[in-house]
Amino acid sequence: MRYFCGVDIGASAAKLVIIDEAGRPAATALRRSGVDYAETAARCLQEALAAAGIAKQQVRACVSTGYGRDNVPWADARRTEIACHGRGAWFHFRKKMTVIDIGAQDSKIIHLDDQGRRTGFKMNRKCAAGTGAFLEEIALRLDLPVSALNGLAERSTREVALGSFCTVFTATEILARIRAGEKVQDIVKGAFRSVVKRILEMDTVDGALVMTGGVVAHNPLLVALAGEAFAARVLVPPDPQHAGAFGAALEALEIALSK
Amino acid sequence: MAPAAERKDFAATAKLKDVMGKYYAELMRGRQEGRKTAWCTSVGPAELLRALGFGVYFPENHGAMLGATRMATDLIPLANARGFSPDICSYLTSDVGSYLKGESPFQKMKLPGPPRADVLVFNTNQCRDVKDWFQFYAREWNVPCLGIHTPRAIGEVTESIVEAVSRQTEALVRPLEEAAGAKLDPQRLREAVDLSRRCTVLWKAALDTAAGVPSPITFFDGTIQMGPAVVLRGHPDAVAYYEVLLAELRDRAAGGTAAVEGERFRIYWEGMPIWGKLRDLSAQFMALRTCVVASTYCNSWVFEDLDPSDPFRSMARAYSSLFICRSEDCKEQYLATMMARFKADGILYHDAKTCPNNSNNRYQLPQRLRERTGKPFLVVNGDLNDLRLYSEEQARTGIEAFVEQMSQG
Repeated sequence: MRYFCGVDIGASAAKLVIIDEAGRPAATALRRSGVDYAETAARCLQEALAAAGIAKQQVRACVSTGYGRDNVPWADARRTEIACHGRGAWFHFRKKMTVIDIGAQDSKIIHLDDQGRRTGFKMNRKCAAGTGAFLEEIALRLDLPVSALNGLAERSTREVALGSFCTVFTATEILARIRAGEKVQDIVKGAFRSVVKRILEMDTVDGALVMTGGVVAHNPLLVALAGEAFAARVLVPPDPQHAGAFGAALEALEIALSK
Repeated sequence: MAPAAERKDFAATAKLKDVMGKYYAELMRGRQEGRKTAWCTSVGPAELLRALGFGVYFPENHGAMLGATRMATDLIPLANARGFSPDICSYLTSDVGSYLKGESPFQKMKLPGPPRADVLVFNTNQCRDVKDWFQFYAREWNVPCLGIHTPRAIGEVTESIVEAVSRQTEALVRPLEEAAGAKLDPQRLREAVDLSRRCTVLWKAALDTAAGVPSPITFFDGTIQMGPAVVLRGHPDAVAYYEVLLAELRDRAAGGTAAVEGERFRIYWEGMPIWGKLRDLSAQFMALRTCVVASTYCNSWVFEDLDPSDPFRSMARAYSSLFICRSEDCKEQYLATMMARFKADGILYHDAKTCPNNSNNRYQLPQRLRERTGKPFLVVNGDLNDLRLYSEEQARTGIEAFVEQMSQG
């Protein structure tokens, strides 16, 4: 059996997916990206191979993506995360779509036509508002683990509006809300709404609305709020955090088949 | 990805260094030789100043040098701390920072630094910041600051606009004669305008060689080669230099020499250069086998309306017809024409944070032009000089993804 690998070294997390020839995931791995991307990628591969009981030589091609895409020496090719998230989303929803990927450090909006060809894309400007980094900062200010945010926000009964564009200023705004006696869950929901607003003002959506990325994977309420804001049903692929790595694996499969 | 090809230097560049070196040296010797110095904005009335015998200094050229050497990064904060906002023109803040600290790229060329002005002459056809910039030095040195206020967002360059700008230019003559201590010789003005026009013809012909496939020149080459067109307009050295460069470019074109080996895609650059990142960007495009073939920026020193038989009015028309002071509709038409002429597969807009007048992605122009031409666009957020406003990784990924998108066929 031949397998194909995609590895997505993101600003915060490294994701790896191994697929078979039909594009079915055989194994995945997830680690903090750390500071040695090559080492992290190698460890992800070892873990995924061990979990699936696959020998390394069965992996016939690998494509790297993400910020660390140039730091995976054994990758056969590299692609941007814009290409890979689009590719991963297209595999599941074969229609004209707009993919919103919310990563740790940046957000991307990717437009695909009804043949899966990219017609445009937009990245957030040089600012972490509307990204996972924003939620990490908010969690830090509220002395909460990031993983607790979604559960808290879902318990909100009264939303607190946060108005600033800027992550740092929003954190200051939150301190004022705490002093005013607002409940933490209401503030967190306001922070989720702020992420959605930043995405909303980036670009328009045409076709189906698909969301991918780690922030989407861990915060279903944020997906619901995005659906409300765009007045659209949001499609989320299986394992959205690995959507980029999965798309990279599909690219690897295509490279192998084209040889 | 295949290993990147090497950037191909021009043989003419050795002469370029001589020409620019001679210009700077003469400028710096001006005071010792009893010559007055006029500061001029890059699209100001340089011909008039030359005809009056001034040594003509262009601080925007110095601004670009501060950016390219990345000295700007350390100097801008000095100006910020003295009340010049980080949101205003970073040429201005770099240059003022350089003045405050007494450090300049000229010192690496064994030259003392920017020459002190006897008079400063602006044209607001580019922006208001050039006037504010010059007024700072006028206050510092207690010297006159004169200028031309050109209308902005001009649609058709009408006779009334030409008349108004021409009158403003003529009104400069008397105070400039006082500053120069000399009378204007109309024949010298006609000669200067003629030299500017000849420079324009040659520079445009050089840039137009990029319409060939493959292109023999890139935008990045253009930002270096444009030096004489900016600082030696109205001077025979610029004409002589572009005759040499044009001959070399035509040789390259005839021999099929590509500036970017294996050219796959062709991109038009709209907006200011990111001076401190030109080398990196050039290398990235080279590795992607993508040639940035043309730009509004390099073409902004093409003044086809100049006419030595009617110097004031033709200068007024030429300097009011600049892309930067035109309406959105004119800009859209210009870009559509340029993209077709240079066979561009896509267009990159540089949104320069501190240069709103040269950031043309802010009023839906990219969307309108995509609708009109069917060509994709990319916006890169950055700045001309302030690298605090540039995200290397986002720019790199955006450019790579843009080329990927064009590779879909």
